[in-house]
Amino acid sequence: MGKCTERLYNGIVKENPTFVQMLGMCPTLAVTSSAINGAGMGLTTTCILVLSNVAISLLRKVIPDKVRIPAYIVIIASFVTVIQFLLQAFIPSLNDSLGIYIPLIVVNCIILGRAESYASKNKVMPSLFDGLGMGLGFTIGLTVIGAFRELIGKGCVFNYQILGDGNLLSSNSNGALKAIGDVLAYYKPITIFVLAPGAFFVLAFLIAFLNKRNAKKAAKAAAEGKDTSEFCRPEGCAGCANVLCAGKKAAEAQAETKPVEQKTVAKPVEKKPEINTEVKPEVKPAENKPEAREAGKDGEA
Amino acid sequence: MELLLFAIGAALVNNVILSQFLGLCPFLGVSKSVKTATGMGGAVIFVMTIASCVTSGIYYGILVKLHLEYLNTIVFILVIAALVQLVEMFLKKKVKPLYEALGVYLPLITTNCAVLGIALNNVQAEYSILKSTINGFGSALGFAIAITILAGIREKIEYSDIPEAFKGTPIVLLTSGLMAIAFFGFAGMM
Repeated sequence: MGKCTERLYNGIVKENPTFVQMLGMCPTLAVTSSAINGAGMGLTTTCILVLSNVAISLLRKVIPDKVRIPAYIVIIASFVTVIQFLLQAFIPSLNDSLGIYIPLIVVNCIILGRAESYASKNKVMPSLFDGLGMGLGFTIGLTVIGAFRELIGKGCVFNYQILGDGNLLSSNSNGALKAIGDVLAYYKPITIFVLAPGAFFVLAFLIAFLNKRNAKKAAKAAAEGKDTSEFCRPEGCAGCANVLCAGKKAAEAQAETKPVEQKTVAKPVEKKPEINTEVKPEVKPAENKPEAREAGKDGEA
Repeated sequence: MELLLFAIGAALVNNVILSQFLGLCPFLGVSKSVKTATGMGGAVIFVMTIASCVTSGIYYGILVKLHLEYLNTIVFILVIAALVQLVEMFLKKKVKPLYEALGVYLPLITTNCAVLGIALNNVQAEYSILKSTINGFGSALGFAIAITILAGIREKIEYSDIPEAFKGTPIVLLTSGLMAIAFFGFAGMM
């Protein structure tokens, strides 16, 4: 079972779909107005991811290579329909609050991404745990973002009032705790954070924070002369938010300045092909031109 | 007149991107320059109007008659994927200039959740075929407006002094957030 636990760790921590790979940004922004919604969406996605990974892994030798994507989409869409019915029957409140975003799980790139990159190549058990790990990683990401937005926007987490008027500490306790609660009651919720714009703001700061951390890591690795490519993950669906990877850019900048001081000529020559190969996979045809020009400029400089 | 108001409402008040978060991937990915953004916007208007019309036609013409409403997610995603291919082939053969203008953006739209989202929305809200088409057109127009404005702002941002960590996606998201606040103003119109 070592491989299975490794898969779980990989999904939840190492390749967390929200914080590391930045996949599935549409639901991440849309349903995280509260922690409970985020958790509900995450768990629904987890169920579908596990089921579709298992089914696709079982069928991996049956599905012809040429029609695999439509086949995967049909499998995923069937599971989404089933889960949607179960939600309608047993958790109608969650179904109402998630609404249109449940059927839209079909086009969530995490699910198709895992089907394509893992389940179609591996046995059933590892695929199951891969789906579970990725799903739980997504759930944790959504819940954390949801809790954060709910806390700032309404002063509560999972509907428990933490900040602002009538919070738990000031109404349910006495003594020092009540004093703390009374101080917390001065907080005025910033309603915009539970509305649409707040989602953009929270995600912007989250990515900026990750960029900062990745840049530091990449700079450290570059200083030690290690390979920095692992700090950028160009895989994933075309056009998701991981189009731009600040970690890689920082590493390149670092690599550009360092070698010039120490070794004068050798490094830039090596660097050229590296840039070319790295830029290609993440750039869509539409943007090829400006990117290529940029890369060329970098190489010359 | 009522339909016109309905279209304006779909485009501005319930903007697909800024208030419903559908089609965020192309919104962030293809908004680097105004030219590509308008190309993408045009392609989305084209596909989404046709897709809304066809999916709601199929829903009322086939699924409702056979009592298969629950299959709508599966049917819609396949219909949209096939439709995009078909439209691409048709344009390539018959309307060469339009194909050259939209060309590269058409296949990208298959993965655009806004098209599926609007198709499902139409059915859930029980709009008639005409109203669905107008809703599709209005929403796509909203998408085109939003992506073009964002691309215009991004072209200017290129020359600004942004903190290192905020370069790239974060600053684009902050800009979109401010745009979303601005679009709240349209709610007062209706």
